[in-house]
Amino acid sequence: MRTRRDVFQAIADPTRREIINLIAYQSLNLNAIAEHFDVSRPAISQQIKILAECGLVVIKKQGRERYCEASLGQLGEVSQWIERYRQLWDRQFSKLDDLLEEMKAKGRTRKKK
Amino acid sequence: MATKNQTKIVAEPGRQEIFIIREFEAPRELVFKAFTDPKLLVRWLGVCDMTMKIDAWPSGDGGYWRFLHVDNKGNEFGFHGVTHEATAPERLIRTFEFEGLPERGHVAMETAIFEALPGERTRLTVQSVFRSVADRDGMVQSGMERGVLESHENLDVLLEKELQLS
Repeated sequence: MRTRRDVFQAIADPTRREIINLIAYQSLNLNAIAEHFDVSRPAISQQIKILAECGLVVIKKQGRERYCEASLGQLGEVSQWIERYRQLWDRQFSKLDDLLEEMKAKGRTRKKK
Repeated sequence: MATKNQTKIVAEPGRQEIFIIREFEAPRELVFKAFTDPKLLVRWLGVCDMTMKIDAWPSGDGGYWRFLHVDNKGNEFGFHGVTHEATAPERLIRTFEFEGLPERGHVAMETAIFEALPGERTRLTVQSVFRSVADRDGMVQSGMERGVLESHENLDVLLEKELQLS
């Protein structure tokens, strides 16, 4: 099976999510990122490679150092499709709210009789 | 009128499941009934540009169910499955398959839990587990397209009203 390389795959892993949080506001080099984790440097390097392949991290060379910069435009894609799905259900549940009110009112009149 | 309850969706990336969570201002006996009585179900389930037709609806465990959404051009979108367990008023477990897919066999399992809350209220949690992450994402995205279609339809209605006013 071909490995998926998209934004959904990128944020599927908790370590990768944490890396994104770390570099969201400032570019960091690999050592600075690895310091935040208990796992080995090569393991972090591998996660960054996946993030780069998914297009969420851009690696920039500055002299001998390589800096990781977050490229988060794509994350909107995820929240957008879930939000639309949510709205779809929200509209149906609003109708259900009305129906439940009606059922409650009917129950009350029946009890009175 | 109390403030409207929010619908919460939990769909973690890379997982095969999706949760729909919502609270209702009614006891769970009523919410369960609205989910299982076909006459009540057609009144709220489905998007507004489609009519819902119930083809088969079981009264208990092991029953085959099928319903169709029909759009205004007569196109039918069928869904079917089997009710594994219907325990009023707390639990509903069933399989679910959309018939419009290019191949059969992409079945999800849905578990709806109706939890009684203080003050005659209910918390509903629907968990759907799909065969693959791709199946789940596909289902959510097709829902999204329907949602977009519907909001366009609503926009049309709104624009018509605006035109009549001017």
